[in-house]
Amino acid sequence: MIGDWIDVGALVEIPMRGARTIRMGTGEEIAVFRTAANMVYALVNRCPHKHGPLSQGIVHGDAVACPLHNWRISLSTGEALGEDEGCVPTIPVKIDAGRILISRLAMLTYAAAA
Amino acid sequence: MLSPTPREKLVVIGNGMAGCRAVEEILARDPGRFSITIFGAEPHVNYNRIMLSPVLAGEKRFEDIIINSEQWYASNGIELVSGDPVVAMDRVGRTVTSQQGRTIGYDRLLIATGSDPFIIPVPGKDLPGVISFRDMKDVDAMLAAADQGGDAVVIGGGLLGLEAAHGLSLRGMKVTVIHLMPTLMERQLDEAAGWLLKTELERRGQTILTGADTAEIFGDGKVEGVRLKDGREIPASLVVMAVGIRPSTALAREAGLAVGRGIQVDDHMVTSDENVLAVGECVEHNGNVYGLVAPLWEMCRALADGLVSEPSGYRGSVTSTKLKVSGIDVFSAGDFSGGNGAEDIVLRDASRGVYKRVVLRDDRIVGTVLYGDTADGSWYFDLLKKQEDVASIRDVLIFGQAFAQGGGQADPKAAVAALSDDAEICGCNGVSKGAVVSVIQSGACTLDAVRATCKASASCGSCTGLVEQLLSLTMGDDYEGERAVRTICKCSSFTHDDVRREIVAQGMTSIPEVMQKLHWTTPDGCSSCRPALNYYLLCAHPGVYIDDQQSRFVNERLHANIQKDGTYSVVPRMWGGITNPRELRAIADVVEKYNAPMVKVTGGQRLDIFGIRKEDLPAVWADLNAAGMVSGHAYGKALRTVKTCVGSEWCRFGTQDSTGLGVQTERMTWGSWMPHKFKIAVSGCPRNCAEATIKDFGIICVDSGYELHVAGNGGIKLRATDFLCKVATEQQALDHCAAFIQLYREEAWYLERTAPWVERVGIDYVRQRIVEDEVGREALTSRFLYSQSFSQDDPWAERAAGKDHEQHAHLGEFRPFILEAAE
Repeated sequence: MIGDWIDVGALVEIPMRGARTIRMGTGEEIAVFRTAANMVYALVNRCPHKHGPLSQGIVHGDAVACPLHNWRISLSTGEALGEDEGCVPTIPVKIDAGRILISRLAMLTYAAAA
Repeated sequence: MLSPTPREKLVVIGNGMAGCRAVEEILARDPGRFSITIFGAEPHVNYNRIMLSPVLAGEKRFEDIIINSEQWYASNGIELVSGDPVVAMDRVGRTVTSQQGRTIGYDRLLIATGSDPFIIPVPGKDLPGVISFRDMKDVDAMLAAADQGGDAVVIGGGLLGLEAAHGLSLRGMKVTVIHLMPTLMERQLDEAAGWLLKTELERRGQTILTGADTAEIFGDGKVEGVRLKDGREIPASLVVMAVGIRPSTALAREAGLAVGRGIQVDDHMVTSDENVLAVGECVEHNGNVYGLVAPLWEMCRALADGLVSEPSGYRGSVTSTKLKVSGIDVFSAGDFSGGNGAEDIVLRDASRGVYKRVVLRDDRIVGTVLYGDTADGSWYFDLLKKQEDVASIRDVLIFGQAFAQGGGQADPKAAVAALSDDAEICGCNGVSKGAVVSVIQSGACTLDAVRATCKASASCGSCTGLVEQLLSLTMGDDYEGERAVRTICKCSSFTHDDVRREIVAQGMTSIPEVMQKLHWTTPDGCSSCRPALNYYLLCAHPGVYIDDQQSRFVNERLHANIQKDGTYSVVPRMWGGITNPRELRAIADVVEKYNAPMVKVTGGQRLDIFGIRKEDLPAVWADLNAAGMVSGHAYGKALRTVKTCVGSEWCRFGTQDSTGLGVQTERMTWGSWMPHKFKIAVSGCPRNCAEATIKDFGIICVDSGYELHVAGNGGIKLRATDFLCKVATEQQALDHCAAFIQLYREEAWYLERTAPWVERVGIDYVRQRIVEDEVGREALTSRFLYSQSFSQDDPWAERAAGKDHEQHAHLGEFRPFILEAAE
């Protein structure tokens, strides 16, 4: 049976206030973030500004600062915060019993579109 | 003749809080409806499981926590079968069978089996002396162990684990708590509150190991200790496993009921079999499983309504948590993870050890975390559950119910105006409101003037807002507003200088501690203050402070320079700009092996290899290490390069060995972290081919010695160096260099280059500290060298050997078609 969620690893594999990446067959990456409050978010690993790898930014609250030009991106909506404008796609993700589960449908849709 | 309708037979599996509460609710609605039998695994009447912690701590006796006495069972005609758990159920024949072989029929069955402690599958988990913390038997085992004294280890720093640790500690055991996550009670508390809790527990004598992963429990015939994955061993004669609970569903699963994480029920607590109900921690409702007591009451009401009266329906619960450790007040409720337009209001009172955080979304409270002062927990929780609009009291919400609802003082200024003249404004210096107002009236019309005259807000600064409100109230429109000082960032009202001074003065050793003691207004800072705090702590406590990788910019975390396409560039160190065939071959091999698209000579006389992927970095470093090269720190707020000319060894104009001195300087200074990048050059004569007069520290060799120059910059704003002094020997040049770097490290603001720093403090100040004050200079030099003794480990070698390997690896790969085919 094909489940709706894909297990991509354990929560503890992502450092608190950090991120890890999932590589797509297309070469694109999905960044999976873990906040200080132990929330997990998944975003396409590409800043809407100049495509910086968001996974390498500093995570604070529920935002990440892009490592290239310090744009702040909301982890929950993918929207740029403050004066900047732009948006990066988000991917549904949840935690169950310490495992990170990511939406299969969203990944497939994204993989097909990329 | 009318015969009474025969009573329906209700069998309850589970004699705990949920099962008995459900029975109470049913009896309250229709006492004559059922003939009831309750099976319980424990040999007790129903007791209050959440009060086991106070029993362990010696604050209560078992008799005190009994909810339903034997008399209750008897007077309601309930048959209690205790100490004999149900082991099988037959849904077709409608019977259940107990361990001792008792089989009994039912019309309705209620499953209330609660949950089982989760036992982590490590070697030694079955040794005598390893127990969980779930029932009275466990408490008895802990009390027996505590009588012997000795060492106890509690695995799990959640609610249950900490309560167990507290009890054992009070009973005289030496307790170590091992917690996998970086902060305690991470599901209920944010990082800031978790830090406060850890600090308090440590003050009480417990050892708290966070980020600690248990490898095995060892012992010969009985438990002797716990070994962590990092090799540490903690001795223990008792190990309490309190890592979590799982719904107890085995019986339901075997009987073929729908089971997910728990036994799945509808809004009326009915399972997939209409004659079987379930309630409590063993159920899953709408995808949610609860491990707290409050939802249980609501479930039992819905169950009884559906079974015997008007169906009402359970709608899920919002939960709150309180830690039952005497003297430590912790409260949390709802969702404090932020997100989706959530706003934080944070109040920190360092002197009282208070941290309060309320999370709002659309002017409604969605979550709260309180530490140290939980008096308003129930008020916030009430506002949260009712989803009340708090816009009108938003400004004063964080001060609590008494303040927010106290006589229409929704304007914080009005609240200050309402204070009496003898109300204390500044706790550090004992200054009353009347005193502050009188200095303002006699001419102190700025914050600094108030601080200078009556000392209010001149110490810890936490009353700055109050003093400013008094200025505004007293002067009216004449007050020019808040002073224009550059605070470290928007998370704090303190300046860089304030923060640096207080870190040293108060001996602060971690980022959460600084944020708490200096009243940070955000839960975990921002991308401006976190790297600054990390540096300030590192500088203040060399060899002691543990660097926080997540507070480092990407380049310093990955020890390479990120480029616009997300690849990295790698610059190996070449001491003084000198290289040799072996190094050049290694670099050439790396360029070919990893298909680096470009290799370039930098302005600092190094070779920069471009286009390396983060996954390849450790392998690249291993290859460069093999040829004797270490990190060039071209990515860091650190010593970058020492640029040299060829000097007296080759040059007909050279006066001294500038390359040799450059190599010595680089050997002394490499690896040091600084407020910003730092460049050095050594020129062999005043022709200055190494361009030493636009460097942070420049040495120009002359016949009679060495001229030292500081604070030059070749960047956006070109600045020539200031002349510092002239010295006679190489050693003196090195000592002055170390002292200057240390003064810069200790006093400049984070991200301030030496040029703006020296312009800010004045070259005369720097000369006074480095040149005139010889004793002070020697102290600076030795502090620098001490700090260097901890920082000259090649970060590349550590990474090449596997440290932090996850930073270079993907969490996973997703190839849609292969994944689908595999399943």
